[in-house]
Amino acid sequence: MVRSMLFIPGNNPAMLQNADVFGADAVIIDLEDAVSIQEKDAARILVKAYLESIDHPPMKIYIRINGLDTTDYEKDLQSVVTDQIDGIVLPKAKVCDVERLLTLLYKIESETHMQKIIGIIPIVESAKSVLEIEKLAALSRIQGMLLGAEDLSADMELMRTITGTEIEYPRARMAFACKAYKIDAIDTPFTDTSDNLGLIADCQKAQNLGLNAKAAIHPNQLETIHDVFSPSLQRIEWAKRVLKAAKKADDQGLGVFSLDGKMIDKPIIERATKIMESAKRYRLLPVENA
Amino acid sequence: MLTGIAGTLESNDAMITVTPADKLTIEVKSVVDAFYHDQIVKVIKDTLFDSKIANISVMCQDKGALDYTIRARLLTAISRMEEQNG
Amino acid sequence: MLNTLGRVVPDTERGFISATNYQSQERILIPEKAVVDKPVFLGSIKAIFDQYHITDGMTLSFHHHLRNGDQVLNQVCREIQIRGIKNLTIAPSSIFPNNAIIAELIEAGNITNIRTNYINGPAAIPIDQGKLKGLLLMDTHGGRARAIESGNLKIDVAILACPAVDYDGNGSGTEGLSACGTLGYAQSDLRYAAKVILITDTLVNRVKQIDFDGKYVDAIVKIDSIGDPEGIVSGTTKITKDPVGLKIARDAAAFLYQAGVIKPGFSMQTGAGGTSLAVAYQVRKMMIQNQIHGSFASGGTNGYYADMLKEGWIDQIYDVQCFDLDAVKSYRDNPRHLAISASKYGNPFEKDPIVNQLSFVALGATEIDLDFNVNVTTDSLGRLIGGSGGHADTAHGAAVTIITTTLAKARLPIIKERVTAITTPGEDVDVLVTERGIAINPRRTDLIDKMKNSQLTIMTIDELMAISHQLSGIPQAIKKPGKVTGLIVYRDGTILDQLYQRL
Repeated sequence: MVRSMLFIPGNNPAMLQNADVFGADAVIIDLEDAVSIQEKDAARILVKAYLESIDHPPMKIYIRINGLDTTDYEKDLQSVVTDQIDGIVLPKAKVCDVERLLTLLYKIESETHMQKIIGIIPIVESAKSVLEIEKLAALSRIQGMLLGAEDLSADMELMRTITGTEIEYPRARMAFACKAYKIDAIDTPFTDTSDNLGLIADCQKAQNLGLNAKAAIHPNQLETIHDVFSPSLQRIEWAKRVLKAAKKADDQGLGVFSLDGKMIDKPIIERATKIMESAKRYRLLPVENA
Repeated sequence: MLTGIAGTLESNDAMITVTPADKLTIEVKSVVDAFYHDQIVKVIKDTLFDSKIANISVMCQDKGALDYTIRARLLTAISRMEEQNG
Repeated sequence: MLNTLGRVVPDTERGFISATNYQSQERILIPEKAVVDKPVFLGSIKAIFDQYHITDGMTLSFHHHLRNGDQVLNQVCREIQIRGIKNLTIAPSSIFPNNAIIAELIEAGNITNIRTNYINGPAAIPIDQGKLKGLLLMDTHGGRARAIESGNLKIDVAILACPAVDYDGNGSGTEGLSACGTLGYAQSDLRYAAKVILITDTLVNRVKQIDFDGKYVDAIVKIDSIGDPEGIVSGTTKITKDPVGLKIARDAAAFLYQAGVIKPGFSMQTGAGGTSLAVAYQVRKMMIQNQIHGSFASGGTNGYYADMLKEGWIDQIYDVQCFDLDAVKSYRDNPRHLAISASKYGNPFEKDPIVNQLSFVALGATEIDLDFNVNVTTDSLGRLIGGSGGHADTAHGAAVTIITTTLAKARLPIIKERVTAITTPGEDVDVLVTERGIAINPRRTDLIDKMKNSQLTIMTIDELMAISHQLSGIPQAIKKPGKVTGLIVYRDGTILDQLYQRL
């Protein structure tokens, strides 16, 4: 699971060479909207060369290819589908598009004898996609779903607002589908990179509806996104105490026990275990001071 | 004249211009020329070798690009030149 | 002869021994200049030359408080040119791109020796080319004060720009058309030069705040304009927006917090560069988050620190120079915004210089080497691009010295096996923070110990250099340098390194 996915423009060498330093859980190298029509070839070749140069980066790498309604997507896939990447981010994805992408991926993977099985993150950015969310989530190789609020609002002929009422429904529906299939529910990026308070509020809304991650369009948004989507120090403390008590109970051969007057059973222990796992993964455990 | 141009003059990028020629010429103008001239020439030569191109004129204006960026810009410039060729 | 850092120094000079060697030396003080009863008013800069018989071989000093807007040094240079005076030594506290005319005077042999703390712009070019007949001596801010008070730098005439002057010869930095705030760098010149001339464009009956004490002032010259306010506030004081710089700043602040440096009553200084300012911003964020009040900030200051003072996060600012108009206003209006001299700031022989009270300083580097020696004087080709200023002073005084820099600039790695020139010795540099990791000087076993469980990426400086070589490739060796063009003088007067002609 991830908390953040950072968009990196595919034709920008200065950003690409620093893609691994910003601390994003995943990056999405963008061949689509961030690259002008005339530079599609240059971006493709640059990203391919970049992927050949890296060795065990600390973050997951996804590539946003051009839509299946363009003439670029096949060349994109030919260039970037390698063992270096974790998945493809597919714009304007409907079930039929993902199915086509799956076929293309099988073909490339077998032709190039790849080790890895490439994942897919569909972008939900049309009314039709919203209606297909559950079907999309159920398809094979789907690692998460990304909400694209700008295009979706255009399709719905709605104005984007700072409160985000217009995307409450797709956010919630996506959250349920992703939870059901144990995949990442990734919120739409917050487009005003200078408004940090707005970003905090937007992250909290998404989190309250059950999304577990947010896309970032600028590295400076990552700190805030991580603050919101990481387990809080209080939750980590609680989880630690639950697990400690569980161990004690286990040692004493007790099945059920109580902590702070509340009964602790298996689901609660599982929840605590999950919190500790993500705390470890995101290096959030407080420093044991010297 | 047939030319292929790729890249920009932004920091960490390189702008590479190629034209068909009957011998190999490589010209490098780099902000780090004193430290990486030979390395840049080597990347260009290696990339041309991999592309099986012996004779071409390459002009590289480098703003501190890493090797893979120079390689990518050269490959793009070559493919753009060849596309014009039809 | 080699100094203890393994650098060649002239046999006629004392080589650098250690950063603490000054402690075994006696402070040398020449008598202050005689008190002047009443200053004379001269009609022009030209008149100074006649009145004080400025001739071949003399030493003239200046300050750089008008930064890149200064017109006084330039106008004096023009007069030197007209008169064809030769073999002068000039001793401005810094030289900026705006002082391009110096290049002409070097080429023509009017100026044959230069003593300064920082040089950037066209004036540096003929020096790099070996055209300065004598030597360029590069001091620190504190070291310049020591050189003047000890008579090592003898000033015949100090020609000091002053934004406002009254009829008793008292000068102020906060009034007038070219108000630039404190005038800390010129305090030693004022007290120890044989003759002191104030150049102003604003005469008042009585200055409100005295930065130059009139009793030292021999003469006053009023000209139309001493400087261009645009250049005085030179715009290096914006927090970087570069995400890599911000990431470095965040990690530097996190390091300081985890190492226990940011605690109640701590004091701080950051350079004027964008990343250093971003460190200050992150530190302030931590202060607010954890309700930690500091004691003081020092150095060159800006509106950003003025706000921290106003909001009560720090109790004092000790200010040698103002970088922007908000700092000027704060110095004028806030009684806790205090002016200090360069000597009080960083002279090693002062009883308790401000730099020695610093909890931390965050500084930049154009190069740093495996021994943590830092270069901010030249680029990697050996060309002059700056100088210590307060770098070596604060690095020595502060309890923790942090260098923040990207691992490479335009591909070129910043970490070298050996820096091209040593501005600040590695024994005074504690931590290097880059975007890909943090290195702690092995001498600081206390910091290594405190950070051993930190989640920050901490590695050796050798490992960091290896990473940058992996990304950029190893740079090829550059051409051997030519003759010696100058010396880098440590704050105690010993020689850190030589500067060379670049062919």
